[in-house]
Amino acid sequence: MIVRSPLRAACCALAVLFASAASADIKIAYIDPLSGLMAATGEHGLRELEFAAEQVNAKGGVLGQKLVIVPLDNKLSTQESQIQLQAAIDQGVRYVVQGNGSSVAGVLIDAINKNNERNPDKTVVFLNYAAVDPDFTNDKCSFWHFRFDANSDMKMEALTSYMKDQKNIQKVYLLNQDYSFGHQVARAAREMLTAKRPDVKIVGDELHPLAKVKDFAPYVAKIQASGADTVITGNWGSDLQLLVKAAKDANLKADFYTYYAGVVGTPPALGDSGVDRVKVVTYWNPNSLATGQTSYIDAYKKKFGATSDPYTGSMHMALDYLTQAMARAGTTDPAKVARAMEGMNIEGPFGPTEMRASDHQLIQPLFVMTFVKNDGKSRYTADGTGDYTFRQEIRFEGPATARPTSCKMQRPS
Amino acid sequence: MELVLTSLLNGVTYGLLLFMLSSGLTLIFSMMGVLNFAHASFYMLGAYFGYAISTKVGFYPALVVAPLAVGAIGAAVERHGLRRAHTSGHVSELLFTFGLAFVIAEAVRLVWGSTPVPYKVPASLDGPLFTLYESTFPTYKAFMMLVSVGMLAALYAGLTKTRVGLVIRAALTRPDMAEALGHDVPRVFMLVFGGGAALAGLAGVIGGNAFVTDPGMAESLGTIVFVVVVVGGLGSLTGAFVASLFIGIVQTFAVAMDYSWHGMSLSRVAPVLPYLIMVAMLIVRPRGLMGTRET
Repeated sequence: MIVRSPLRAACCALAVLFASAASADIKIAYIDPLSGLMAATGEHGLRELEFAAEQVNAKGGVLGQKLVIVPLDNKLSTQESQIQLQAAIDQGVRYVVQGNGSSVAGVLIDAINKNNERNPDKTVVFLNYAAVDPDFTNDKCSFWHFRFDANSDMKMEALTSYMKDQKNIQKVYLLNQDYSFGHQVARAAREMLTAKRPDVKIVGDELHPLAKVKDFAPYVAKIQASGADTVITGNWGSDLQLLVKAAKDANLKADFYTYYAGVVGTPPALGDSGVDRVKVVTYWNPNSLATGQTSYIDAYKKKFGATSDPYTGSMHMALDYLTQAMARAGTTDPAKVARAMEGMNIEGPFGPTEMRASDHQLIQPLFVMTFVKNDGKSRYTADGTGDYTFRQEIRFEGPATARPTSCKMQRPS
Repeated sequence: MELVLTSLLNGVTYGLLLFMLSSGLTLIFSMMGVLNFAHASFYMLGAYFGYAISTKVGFYPALVVAPLAVGAIGAAVERHGLRRAHTSGHVSELLFTFGLAFVIAEAVRLVWGSTPVPYKVPASLDGPLFTLYESTFPTYKAFMMLVSVGMLAALYAGLTKTRVGLVIRAALTRPDMAEALGHDVPRVFMLVFGGGAALAGLAGVIGGNAFVTDPGMAESLGTIVFVVVVVGGLGSLTGAFVASLFIGIVQTFAVAMDYSWHGMSLSRVAPVLPYLIMVAMLIVRPRGLMGTRET
């Protein structure tokens, strides 16, 4: 025992040292797929989050503390996500970022609600950058959850408002992933199209397993046989890349109205076959920025290469809101920071934004854009390509995209 | 009609790819009586080797070199691993291949990372081959069919017309007698194991760029291959061929057909259909379509 005790003392001293060093940083856990079919999407999100954090740290951090990103691989599984969340909480993490898969986000919201109720001294705030199931800011809303992407209904509202005036649309095919988000897209598309364009026929409504299909040729054959002139899909990641690849192989002559054609490997997969035929609804439109507003994008491209583009603007917005709320609250205590974020306004890159207090949904401008050949006038090309870009078709101001909420926010007393 | 034809073509392409994978598995099973859990891992290795070699020297050399490399690894695994495990019984062999599958998956992850690699179809095979009604049929899919049919023909000729094939077939059914006649049966085993791995590797080289090359590809195809082997009948090449085509076509048509039952559409259950077929087959006819033995 005599021999051991100095060792133990040293251990304790070291532990205390590390603990104090750690508490000087603000740890933010990133829980998203970093392996498997959707890993490319998760890796890209991590890169943007780390880049946004670097920008904050370069300016001295917040309240004299640095942001530290803790990446945790959830393999796009709800079980893994809960384990990773617990691991993060045990490490002293109080802020969690996630976006890929509303299936995962729903589970995280539940787990965080429970944790915060049981451990008021270890509360956690969830910054959702891309999980867009409308329920999270309606019936299932939570004080601890903040969404920085427009939800699926807001996007479909914008998309269908544009489609309303496209007279060439006659037969529409809905192809979506078989989980909460895909179901929401299909439902919203059907409801809103029927209301805005009663003459349009919905010739197909298909759901396929999430991140499992390797060959979309059978689905494309079915779309072709239905005679659809338009496909609406909320597919993301490999599910969109492989879909457009199969559509290209089979020479499918239909327009694609998508949520995520701008991201992770999809523009290179589209190539010439997507020109003028693929539309996207998004909050990200770098070519609409005035000169002098692009320093963030330029710094990113300088760091990662000319064909790498940032497009997860919600990540940048999330950190903006978080750090400004911390500065305003004068603390990193999650409950106080969450209160400060409610109703906050920040001038975003594309216009004014507001974190709506009633449901914690960010209200921001939205764009519908078309994938086109770059005529040389666009400063920024579509991600991963040099010859293609997105042309703005229509812009919706923030208030025009806002939808009523059924949320009855329960705030901790 | 258009949909039926296109779906048939898609189904046959997928079925032929499945056959390339399962032919090796079923041969290995019938010779050694061991279900090789690592078989789909050789498929994955083939895809990654194909990717690595094609970025250096081009796709066509990769088409030859990558399967040979995978076959060599397979032979080494048999010679230095499986043969030793064999002495302590079938369970050890099974556990050995089971562990090997994990080792290969982790090794691939370490070398190439956990995200999909950009393994592309070569430019000379990219593009449409012919137009069927309105849709085009990609050249690469035709190439895949050609390679699998060619492989089938070569395999059949090799097994029935050559002396090596004769010995293999003899060792398949009567290993003791073949050994008594002076043939080196362990070496035949090594050859078959390596050959089976090479076939899986070849499937990987042509399947990896048609679909996705990522560390999860072995897991996702591994189970389907077992379905093919069980449905076709353990140890039967013809059975595996029929079952591969059958499952490929069933999966494609399940998506293509608009049939729903109590709000549950057939296309949504398409991914579980092969497993349903396997379970039904095990209940009704445990030896499979063309299997010769009950186990």
